[in-house]
Amino acid sequence: MALWGMVIDLDRCTGCQACVMACKAENNVPAVGAKEATRGRIISWMQVLTEESEERTRFLPRPCLQCDDPPCIKVCPVYATYRNPEGIVAQIYARCIGCRFCMAACPYTAKYFNWLRYQREAPGQNPDVSVRPKGVVEKCTFCHHRLQKARERARAERRDLAPGEYVPACAETCPSRAIAFGDLSDHGSEVARLARSPRAFRLGEELGTKPKVIYLSETEAHRRA
Amino acid sequence: MPDPSLQRDAALFAPIAQTGRGFYFTLVVLGIAILWGAVAYWTQFEYGLGVTGLQQPVSWGFYVTNFVFFIGISHAGTLISAILRLSKAEWRRPITRMAEVITVMVLFIGAGQILVDLGRPDRMMNIILYGRYQSPLLWDATSISAYLFASTIYLYLPLIPDIAILRDHLGKHRFLYAVLAMGWTGTPRQQKILNRAIAILAIMVIPIAVSVHTVVSFVFSMTIQPAWHSSIFGPYFVAGAIFSGIAALIVAMAVIRRIHRLQAYLKPIHFRYLGYLLLVMTLLWFYLTFAEYLTGYYGNGPEEMKVFWSKFTGPFWPTFWGMVALNFVIPMALLVRLQHHAVGKTVAASACIVAGMWLERFNIIVPTLSNPRLPFPETMYWPTWVEWGETAGSFGLFILFYVLFVKFFPIISIWEIREGREVGLKEVEERLLTYLPDGTEPEPARRHTKVPT
Repeated sequence: MALWGMVIDLDRCTGCQACVMACKAENNVPAVGAKEATRGRIISWMQVLTEESEERTRFLPRPCLQCDDPPCIKVCPVYATYRNPEGIVAQIYARCIGCRFCMAACPYTAKYFNWLRYQREAPGQNPDVSVRPKGVVEKCTFCHHRLQKARERARAERRDLAPGEYVPACAETCPSRAIAFGDLSDHGSEVARLARSPRAFRLGEELGTKPKVIYLSETEAHRRA
Repeated sequence: MPDPSLQRDAALFAPIAQTGRGFYFTLVVLGIAILWGAVAYWTQFEYGLGVTGLQQPVSWGFYVTNFVFFIGISHAGTLISAILRLSKAEWRRPITRMAEVITVMVLFIGAGQILVDLGRPDRMMNIILYGRYQSPLLWDATSISAYLFASTIYLYLPLIPDIAILRDHLGKHRFLYAVLAMGWTGTPRQQKILNRAIAILAIMVIPIAVSVHTVVSFVFSMTIQPAWHSSIFGPYFVAGAIFSGIAALIVAMAVIRRIHRLQAYLKPIHFRYLGYLLLVMTLLWFYLTFAEYLTGYYGNGPEEMKVFWSKFTGPFWPTFWGMVALNFVIPMALLVRLQHHAVGKTVAASACIVAGMWLERFNIIVPTLSNPRLPFPETMYWPTWVEWGETAGSFGLFILFYVLFVKFFPIISIWEIREGREVGLKEVEERLLTYLPDGTEPEPARRHTKVPT
């Protein structure tokens, strides 16, 4: 069984936000409008944060970290959010009751809520991703629909899924190639190799959430050394 | 009322027998608050939670604060009444009923807050259909419904003899009282069963009550968020709940005493004794708060400290220091000396504490959510008219339930007061004698005396 993971090289990230836009287009993430945006209701599965400290300023692209031990699924009262066997943390929009307990429990603030009905079915949307109704939580799924598509294609051609065939929109788009994606359980894959890099670190490692999004940074490695 | 023994307690029937203009005026005022709440909820149901001030990091606000607050208030009743009954505190007699009513009424309102908070109230049944017992929310649902059930029965049982009195003597709503009295005639056998049942329930409700606020705290402490993930939260919430519960009870007592002129039943001594209990709880609350914050401060975790300073000097300083003043400084000043003006002082302290404990709940929930671990742009949660309306409506609905109860049932237990006069006096004397060295105890008394608990 694959264990999908992502490595984001912060030394390469220019903060251009291409990943953010690619994600929104791919996943039918609604544009909430200026008024809602000023009220702090922006939905952005991939969000580029700016980390400022005395020594430096850096960009931190943050998708859902797809924890291997996710705090959000522990608190869900109705099995609306769960970790699938390949390690992707999913959200069932048709099941979610909108209690927002998972949002309160996520240490990375990676879950978003449909405060209002932000969108309806419309032409130009990605038909592979369902449009969310009001009142439910949504989140990054590592573009799980792309995995399903790639797997079906491979099955139709009677072959195994090749590495690089399944890549989320953000990783595909990144112009500075800061985002690598692949199977962490495959020792030889690019992500597994990068994850072993001395520059590698995880966000909130001490929380025991075991994120499968791994960051690379020279300064962070120095700071931790 | 021809019965002379009932004539003596005529004041207890008065609220049911006569309806004054004040009653209708109260209904109108409460109706306006409830209407405001209904319009607010309707708006929210129609458009979504977006009409509130909730936003990205602060996904819980007034509703969850109200939930914890109202469930806390519910500890007034059943728990305090059970403890007073079990400890054979004779001064409990006029108080237990009004305490128990608070519990039952406020539990509906408290549990309702969660439904109001849901983004998809239409899928509420998923909690039962697909309930996931690993989630603290399910623990809440279980514990609160058990408490509601036990409290309702615990309110109802001691009400039966009073309902029978109303059935026989009031001449109003006779059918209602006849059904609810369940054929009570007051035979010794019935009396024995009733006392037995009350005693069993009084013991049963105590662990349930403790479990309720413990699991409410677990909603927060089972996450790994700064200032939530703390092992003190269970006892801290239970203590806070009893604290706010006693305060709410004192306020209710004072209001009922004033409106229905029950000064003869609710005497300064009752307020003074409850005041002492409140003082103990004030100190306990401060002790637990102090322990909680000092541990956080010395632990000095960067995330914890962000929340800590946002309360002490940051944007939440007014609610934090307001809480300290209302929950500790003012009540301490008022409650240390209760020899004179016991009623006024305890009521003033209680009103402060009710407000202060609401702020305490707010201070636990919102500052933690406002300070996410990752560097998100700073935001501030401001409730809109919808949350204010819902809160006003919730208080209105609670008070309405209470007012209606007082209109239909005696808010002071008639038979227990009578029992106090007829049996209690002698029983206390006999019990007292059993406490004393053997020589002073008259022989025949021993056989009749129950073993004191």
